[in-house]
Amino acid sequence: MSRASFACFVGIDLGSTTTKSVVIDDAGVIIGRGITNSRSNYDLACEIARSEAFVDAQMSRLRRALAADPVLEPHARVLSASLERSFRYRQHARQLANLRRACLLITAGAQPIEATLVEILDELDALAEKMFTGIAGAEKRSEFFRDIAGAQFQRAAEQRADPRRLPFEDIVAVFDKAILKVENEGDDLTFEGNARAAFTRSLSLYAKASPEVRSAAAAVLDDLLARPPVVRASVGTGYGRARLPFPKERIRSEILCHGLGAHAMFPMTRTVLDIGGQDTKAIQVDGEGIVTGFQMNDRCAAGCGRYLGYIADEMNLGVHELGPLAEQATRKVKITSTCTVFAGAELRDRLALGEKREDILAGLHRAIILRAMSILARSGGVHDEFTFTGGVASNPAAVRALRDLVGENYGPRVLNISPSSIYTGALGAALFALRDVNRLDEEQRRPEEAHA
Amino acid sequence: MKEDLTHDVPKEPSMLRQKELISGHYDALAAARDNGRKVAYTFVPGNLTELLLAFDVLPVLPEINALQSGMRKRSGAYITEAEKLGHSEDVCSYVKCDIGMMKTGLGPTGKAMPPPDLLLLSYTGCFTFMKWFELLKQEFPNAEIAMLHVPYQGGGVVTKEMRDYVVAQLRSEVVPKLEKITGKRLDEDRLKELLERSARAEEDLVWVLESAKHHPSPIDGYFGGVFYIGPIFTAFRGTEEGCDYYRILREEVQGRIDRREGPITPVGPLDNQKYRIVVEGPPNWTSFREFWEMFAAEGAVCVASTYTKVGGLYDQGFRHDPAHPMETLSEYCLGCYTNLNLPTRTGLIAKYVKEYEADGFIVHSVKSCNSFSAGQLLILREIEKRTGVPGGFIESDLVDPRYFSPANVKNRLESYLQMIEQRRHGGGAVMEASP
Amino acid sequence: MKSTLEIAAECERISLDTHLTTVRAWQERTGGRAIGHLPIYAPREVIQAAGMLPVGILGGGDQIEIIRGDAYFQSYICQIPRSVVEMGLTARLDCLSGMLFPAICDVIRNLSGVWQLLFPEKYVRYIDVPQNVQWEVGGRFYLHELHELGRGLAEVSGTAPTDESLRAAIVEHNLARRLIRELYDLRARSPERVPTSEAYVLVRAGYQLPAAEHAALLRAYLDAARETKRTELDQARVILVGTFCEQPPLGLLKTLERAGCYIVDDDLILGARFLTADVDEQGDPWEALARAYLEHSAHTSSRYVPEEQKGRYLVERCKQRGAEGVIFCAPSFCDPALLEQPMLESALDRAGIQHTAFKYSESSAQFQAIHEQAGTFSDSIRLWSLDA
Repeated sequence: MSRASFACFVGIDLGSTTTKSVVIDDAGVIIGRGITNSRSNYDLACEIARSEAFVDAQMSRLRRALAADPVLEPHARVLSASLERSFRYRQHARQLANLRRACLLITAGAQPIEATLVEILDELDALAEKMFTGIAGAEKRSEFFRDIAGAQFQRAAEQRADPRRLPFEDIVAVFDKAILKVENEGDDLTFEGNARAAFTRSLSLYAKASPEVRSAAAAVLDDLLARPPVVRASVGTGYGRARLPFPKERIRSEILCHGLGAHAMFPMTRTVLDIGGQDTKAIQVDGEGIVTGFQMNDRCAAGCGRYLGYIADEMNLGVHELGPLAEQATRKVKITSTCTVFAGAELRDRLALGEKREDILAGLHRAIILRAMSILARSGGVHDEFTFTGGVASNPAAVRALRDLVGENYGPRVLNISPSSIYTGALGAALFALRDVNRLDEEQRRPEEAHA
Repeated sequence: MKEDLTHDVPKEPSMLRQKELISGHYDALAAARDNGRKVAYTFVPGNLTELLLAFDVLPVLPEINALQSGMRKRSGAYITEAEKLGHSEDVCSYVKCDIGMMKTGLGPTGKAMPPPDLLLLSYTGCFTFMKWFELLKQEFPNAEIAMLHVPYQGGGVVTKEMRDYVVAQLRSEVVPKLEKITGKRLDEDRLKELLERSARAEEDLVWVLESAKHHPSPIDGYFGGVFYIGPIFTAFRGTEEGCDYYRILREEVQGRIDRREGPITPVGPLDNQKYRIVVEGPPNWTSFREFWEMFAAEGAVCVASTYTKVGGLYDQGFRHDPAHPMETLSEYCLGCYTNLNLPTRTGLIAKYVKEYEADGFIVHSVKSCNSFSAGQLLILREIEKRTGVPGGFIESDLVDPRYFSPANVKNRLESYLQMIEQRRHGGGAVMEASP
Repeated sequence: MKSTLEIAAECERISLDTHLTTVRAWQERTGGRAIGHLPIYAPREVIQAAGMLPVGILGGGDQIEIIRGDAYFQSYICQIPRSVVEMGLTARLDCLSGMLFPAICDVIRNLSGVWQLLFPEKYVRYIDVPQNVQWEVGGRFYLHELHELGRGLAEVSGTAPTDESLRAAIVEHNLARRLIRELYDLRARSPERVPTSEAYVLVRAGYQLPAAEHAALLRAYLDAARETKRTELDQARVILVGTFCEQPPLGLLKTLERAGCYIVDDDLILGARFLTADVDEQGDPWEALARAYLEHSAHTSSRYVPEEQKGRYLVERCKQRGAEGVIFCAPSFCDPALLEQPMLESALDRAGIQHTAFKYSESSAQFQAIHEQAGTFSDSIRLWSLDA
């Protein structure tokens, strides 16, 4: 194991709904990824995404280090899992403490609301303890604090609400205000800040922790903390990139980052389709992942992820439920307009006419993909291989419609979809950071060839 | 009160001069009634300034009024007014802006706008013009209206019959109506004098436009170009002041060439030009400066544009010919950019890309103008094929501020320029467009 | 004798077929070529005189999905150019040897350029119909245009139009046009006998048939319609304005009728009825065609009519047809229809004629809102009419 600090490169994609961060090493390999929901404080969202990525990176290093140590190897799997859970629990507990503080500031002694709130928060604390024990707990890390705590809070509030004494809306209103405060003020959620405490807790829970194991584990952690990753360069991209505290040379359009990221994930990519929440992009790239052409649909929400959000709301479903439901369609329903403004009305009209939900949804998915097909055609067509990214890429009905339409109009194409496609932009940004540094190093090695 | 329309944009001497000319013209218009001068409303494409001036008639160009209102940030309100009166959100924002402005009785500079004695419907390169003047006729029922149908170059050429048709209309429709409203006969000698001066000014204008072939370019041929074409496309072609202006401009530009300087932009002089760009499409007026800044801030200079040819395609050889007044006016109208067919336009832009050694070209597609916009997507792909140079695509509008989204525009522009930059560092060739 | 329903069904099959099966069948039978033309008005007689079949192209309507066509036009442009390009790129139009683009608006105008770039091997001609109506000026220009067109078409077919062949074509087209006028008159008199959804496909079928065959169909329908006994319903009598180029889907027309409106006049497929009187069958046929255009053309947005009070033509038609109201039915983004509308509305207001307006696209599939609106309009006319 190397004694030197290791160089890494960071890409931050500041999107409208989520902020992503990817950390890569100097070989371009991903070592950490982080994601958080974007919020009004862009700097903070950026910071949190970055720190999440580093937590992720450190965790993987830790896992490898534990497995590499002969003393720890037999315990490595269990220890790693336990450490992660403890770590996440600690992060979550800190957030809950912040939430409690914020809530109490709002209620300021008023009763019976404050007492009820305290009860609810106590319940959340207890739930947290349970959540992060057992293997299932470790999966929670991919959900946001706001969503987890929010759902739990709502349920607890429902149980305690009384329309006359203490309406549900009043209780929840406190949460809504408090969570904003919590999110926008941030907290130290870094690996370094919380590792030791989490570590101690893990080891104390671990029955087979002999003194030998304890000291070996402590040594591994010390070594890790002593050699933090050194960021050589960062590149920012995404919707909010102008707000990033990076110099101009370190900011790249998301078109370029997306193209390069897709190329990194699938090196034979020539055409990329990204259907995001706000816009749809069709990007053509060459063999190096460099963009040769693109088209965007950014004025009109039709055919974007947001549209599906509206439909989901109208039908009282989760966005992730739309695709599977659409897959059950038996009839062809032709939807000609994907105008978001009329989405609700169109849907209600059709339901009133007796059309089945799944048939309408299938028609809607096809209509959305038809719009994407236009953008693709304008950008220069669909060439082999074709990579599909963005939230809508995880929608089976959308993917099916895309496969069909591409096949019908362009012939057979390899269609690539990665479950990590949401990180495409951030990955591309990180790779640009790496390329920039390599080019600078190259120029420094040959000063006589560098341009003024 | 003279409102300083260009107070946001740094000043070159020629810019100040053209500002004076234009505001002087608005003053003359405000005083027209009192001075007994007749007023004709007409359009930039196919404008017959020399003919009007030969009759001492003052031209008003509603398109210019609309873009001036846009630059002064008044167009939004005017458009809303017109939509309240029943005009559709789908139609040209110039027309709506004009309708809204008419209701105030004032022109874009805040001075009174005289009503027309003649609506000279120069039906050149744009269908909307017909409806525009029909609407104005409703507002000004006492005005004379003359229709000059300038045939479209559908086949890519100007035929004798097309020329004859326009000449016949000039003689049978336009000149008689001008004689009617002024009580004068056409002074052919005067007309020839004006045409001769036009040709002189056109020489200088073409020289200025082609100066962009230099490295660095001493002008911005799109944003800057808008100011250069002002006098010649409006009331000053054929006048001494017009000739004077172009002489001053030419000297100024020569100076910059000698000193290897770039044009003055909203972010200062652009001497370090990273990207040479050809632009197709009219500019946005409501965020004109902001749009220009986006280019200049990235070191992008526009070396040629098609918009600067809407009032005449002088850089392809046309000059007004005083020896054949009616024929030359006819030829002039037929050659305006928006009267060219798509294959010709495509060829012209591709030629500009090559001759001006451009790194890229951008299609600025405006919602209002179907004449420019319909088919631009195909033009884009065709030019990429012919030149091997990548094209960028930006969408906004002429004067409806609701359709200019700075974030979207900037994103597309930056992405495009970054793409060019990346390719310089070793990317691939332009992709073959697939049907 | 076939019933009106049978004839209408056949016409629907012919006219809404985007694969132009009928045209292909004609070509098989005769070995002849075909030339397409866009709205509004094209001198179809000249095409016929050159030995070819004139085929009217009105877009793909709600029959085709636009996949490639969207790559050519931005979202703020109407649908018809997209579907026409789509048809062109999916081999539906390969039975046509050329395409004519009459002057209407900038979109169709530029579409002619798109066609030249996409199909360089086909004959393409932009027809600049004259906006000057003086015979010595606009007439002379247009006459030359017609001759040029004839020469160009001759190169495609190998058959030059002669005065005889042109005159013969004029006679046939005059007949078809007369029968269409009869159809419209009958509908205005007894709208219950001639539902607009039937009249529509009947007229539109003529865009894929030789004039003589079309005339026969029209004759058969008229005879059958006169025999038909249908109850006249208490519906509002309206004129439909704005449908001269991109066509509304059949479902929209049916919706209007179901909502309580009898359409007693319209500008649907206006090109087929553009000449409102017979073309002179005597004398120089080229001049006759040119004169007919200058002197007997319908009034529509894309034509400049000098010195006329805007809207007078529409108001007169309302009186002639006994219409109680006007429905402005414009395609989204249609400059000619939408820019004209406020002027026509003012004219109707002055004449005390009620009106309502909405937009559509050729591919609209949902008519609930239109049904509501048309129904309310119909009610307002019948129950609260100004001169009730």
